[in-house]
Amino acid sequence: MVSKMFARLQFLLQLVRAQHIARRYFVTNGFDGVLAMLGLMTGFYVSDEIQRATMISASVGTAVALFMSGLSSAYISETAERQHELKELEHSMMTSLDNTAHADSARVTPILIALVNGLSPLIFALLIILPLWLPAHLLPGRLSPIVLAVCVALLLTFLLGVFLGQLSGRFWLWAGLRSLVVAVITSVLILLLHI
Amino acid sequence: MAVITHLVLDVLKPHQPNALEFTNAIANRFPRLRVNLVVQEVDEKTESTFLTIGGDDINYDDIVQLISEMGASVHSIDEVEVVGDEVITTVG
Repeated sequence: MVSKMFARLQFLLQLVRAQHIARRYFVTNGFDGVLAMLGLMTGFYVSDEIQRATMISASVGTAVALFMSGLSSAYISETAERQHELKELEHSMMTSLDNTAHADSARVTPILIALVNGLSPLIFALLIILPLWLPAHLLPGRLSPIVLAVCVALLLTFLLGVFLGQLSGRFWLWAGLRSLVVAVITSVLILLLHI
Repeated sequence: MAVITHLVLDVLKPHQPNALEFTNAIANRFPRLRVNLVVQEVDEKTESTFLTIGGDDINYDDIVQLISEMGASVHSIDEVEVVGDEVITTVG
């Protein structure tokens, strides 16, 4: 029963090549999430005397906002896009496709893509916030939680670059470093603005 | 009752599912049938195909329903082979 449902879902996603769309959303919004959190952490770093509880509240709030933004924007845009494509296909087929796999796909695909688009920045953001929750004795090398959070953000940016590099067949290190440069520029800009 | 053993249908289908996925879906639903698809013409969003199905007992309505579920439509039945299954007993 479960394997049948999974096979059906796979077939519906395959119809619109949804895996490619979801992968694109995962990287794009994941990158947005990482850079937004990196900006927030760098902001905390240059600000004086912010309570850790305040940092956690602000970071979790941002993470939830990124999740909701990703979820709703992808759902709205993908629903419109799928319905438009369904109408065009109906026009070409000169028949209604109401009770077909294409209609099911137009309903299911936006939900799954919206989940990917929402969860991607949420998970990355939570990973970046994680050091703020850690007790002091668990922090490696007596690093401050903010510095560690910035390091996690830089690492995630690098890994996203590596992932993209593998997709495009480019050298992984070069692709990772290119993404890392974007993150470093973001941090430097924030530091310069503070001065 | 007579049974259908060979069927050639003129089918208009969207590009997705592609020919392989389309024929696989039919063969998976009806494991005893042989399925062959020849693409005749490709348009911007659709393709005209000839779908050939062979087997001991083809259920035409079920085949057409599955084709419709995949967004395709049968334009015509171009070839059909039907076999009568009446048992003839001879008295010797």
